[in-house]
Amino acid sequence: MLEIKNLHVKLEEEDKAILKGVDLTVEAGKVHAIMGPNGSGKSTLSYVLSGRDGYEVTDGSATLEGEDILEMEPEERAAAGLFLAFQYPVEIPGVGNMTFLRTAVNAQRKARGEEEMSSAEFLKVIREKAKALKIDAEMLKRPVNVGFSGGEKKRNEILQMAMLEPKMCILDETDSGLDVDAMRLVADGVNALRDAGRAFLVITHYQRLLDHIKPDVVHIMANGRIIKTGGPELALEVEERGYEHLLAEAV
Amino acid sequence: MALPQAKQDTTEARLSRLSLPEGGWPEAARRDALTRLRAMGLPNARDEYWKYTRPDTLTAPEAPQAAVLHADETPIFGARDTLTVVFVDGEFDAKASDDLAMSGVTIDRLAGAPDIHWAKDIYGKLETAGQIPVARPLATLNTAFATDGLLIHVTGKAEKPIHFVYRHGSETSDAILHHVVRVDAGAEVTILESGPAAARFNKCMEVDIADGGALHHVRTQGRDHQRRAATHLFARLGTESTFKTFTLTVNGVLTRNEVIVDLTGDDAVAHVAGACLGDGDFHHDDTVFITHDAVNCESRQVFKKVLRNGAVGVFQGKILVKPGAQKTDGYQISQSLLLDDDSQFLAKPELEIYADDVACSHGSTSGGIDDDSLFYLRARGIPRGEAEDLMTIAFIAEAVQEVEDVSLQEEIVERVSAWLARHRR
Repeated sequence: MLEIKNLHVKLEEEDKAILKGVDLTVEAGKVHAIMGPNGSGKSTLSYVLSGRDGYEVTDGSATLEGEDILEMEPEERAAAGLFLAFQYPVEIPGVGNMTFLRTAVNAQRKARGEEEMSSAEFLKVIREKAKALKIDAEMLKRPVNVGFSGGEKKRNEILQMAMLEPKMCILDETDSGLDVDAMRLVADGVNALRDAGRAFLVITHYQRLLDHIKPDVVHIMANGRIIKTGGPELALEVEERGYEHLLAEAV
Repeated sequence: MALPQAKQDTTEARLSRLSLPEGGWPEAARRDALTRLRAMGLPNARDEYWKYTRPDTLTAPEAPQAAVLHADETPIFGARDTLTVVFVDGEFDAKASDDLAMSGVTIDRLAGAPDIHWAKDIYGKLETAGQIPVARPLATLNTAFATDGLLIHVTGKAEKPIHFVYRHGSETSDAILHHVVRVDAGAEVTILESGPAAARFNKCMEVDIADGGALHHVRTQGRDHQRRAATHLFARLGTESTFKTFTLTVNGVLTRNEVIVDLTGDDAVAHVAGACLGDGDFHHDDTVFITHDAVNCESRQVFKKVLRNGAVGVFQGKILVKPGAQKTDGYQISQSLLLDDDSQFLAKPELEIYADDVACSHGSTSGGIDDDSLFYLRARGIPRGEAEDLMTIAFIAEAVQEVEDVSLQEEIVERVSAWLARHRR
């Protein structure tokens, strides 16, 4: 599904390398987790993959189902099936949540040469999916993320994911700012989307999210590289002993 | 003080092409206006009040040529049930207009109105009052030389909105229209205006709203780009009355919309709002003066300007709170969305307050489209152009929402979307 090879990235503004040779392959149907200390490059990886400005790829490649995504515009990546659940979802005053989602769904369909969703069909689908995430009609009407609590914003991200049905979902610290109940809701939303054709890359500081979203593979990222890869037990090891000893091991 | 020679020359050159309509009750007001105009002279670039907008093409003897646009869009508000009044290049078109009769309202034309008319107590009177403290000579010229207009007396709840449709037919047309609206106590009406009117359009509307009356005014000015317009809207508000006006302007090399509101009765509410979208040599000026002269009144000014390719937006807005106008609630915001580095927004927000128990806030900003928001929309698959359009519509939303009728809001947003789609990079 997603194949990242020797990815080197620096900040455009300053001459500062952030990713220093990331290798990562996520297979369809699998959930991979990336854990790592602050400043290890986890969020940068998610931004570079989704096409945010301000980063320069100096070496390496990233492909989604064999297609080079690094050359694509952000909207093309989305239409190709890539989705990033933001760590800090953006508030957009004046743009209704519903309008936003319908525009997004239909823009992607159009880009893929599929038929657009009618308003009636869209309404039916979104109501169903919103209900499962305990997002009420009022939240759907409000401007995108404006006045939403931290938990509501994250649930809104998962709703977008459910509506857009991407192939490759990247969750950037989706657990940050969530209480236990909200985390369970979000995790249930993600688990409901797990299937053989879809892959997940879950970026997190803490092991607790992985109690709810069970990963197949866990990677530890530090200083712009994946330094260790293992099974779910690796996450437990981090929880018990912290990153220090893993970093020491890697050196 | 004698008028400077240059100003006198400009004024006389303009007057030489005009003749004062004679006869009937307006004649005294017209002669008075002509005297006043000669004393103040037409504006020029040296006038402080015209610092950001050059008035020369508005005061020139002849109207500069303006190509007529044959738009492929259906006319805005056209599908609504309204009492429609059509003016082509400033001339009343009886065939295209509805009968000037409906319940709750009596309507006469300024041209040929009966000899004794209620409008004589308003015609030129609010305009005259609105000359202090700033002279508005183009409005005075209008009072003197307006060839036609409607005199609307609202006596109850108007059956349906009145829709002025202004059509532009000749490339050199020079139209001067003057409307008078009197809203009786507790009466209510919606007035819509649309269309480019003429190559050069000087329009004045005087509005007198009695206690508890309400006037909703929504107008669109577009899309003929070379047209020029100077409009004045004078409103006097009685106790517990409501006046809401919103203007959407798209295109136009020169538009100056002045709104002068006098809150004279306690608990009155005045909202003045506008959104404009301009490209290239677009120049749009909103000049607003709101006077609080009573207790517990509310006023809002909300202006949003979308400017690209060197377009210029101007906002001069003032709130004057007179002594004794306690509990005034005044709000003023003017913002521009600059879609490139060449466009300009010139804003002069002013507050002048002589009462000590008031709440007045004002703000003015300029900026581009927020990068984080744009990326968020694009990351969900919305192409850049469409995402920018969404953000632009979001930007003007606060102004559009000043229109009470949601279906009118939607129709306005549709026009904005169409304009954005036509002007997408």
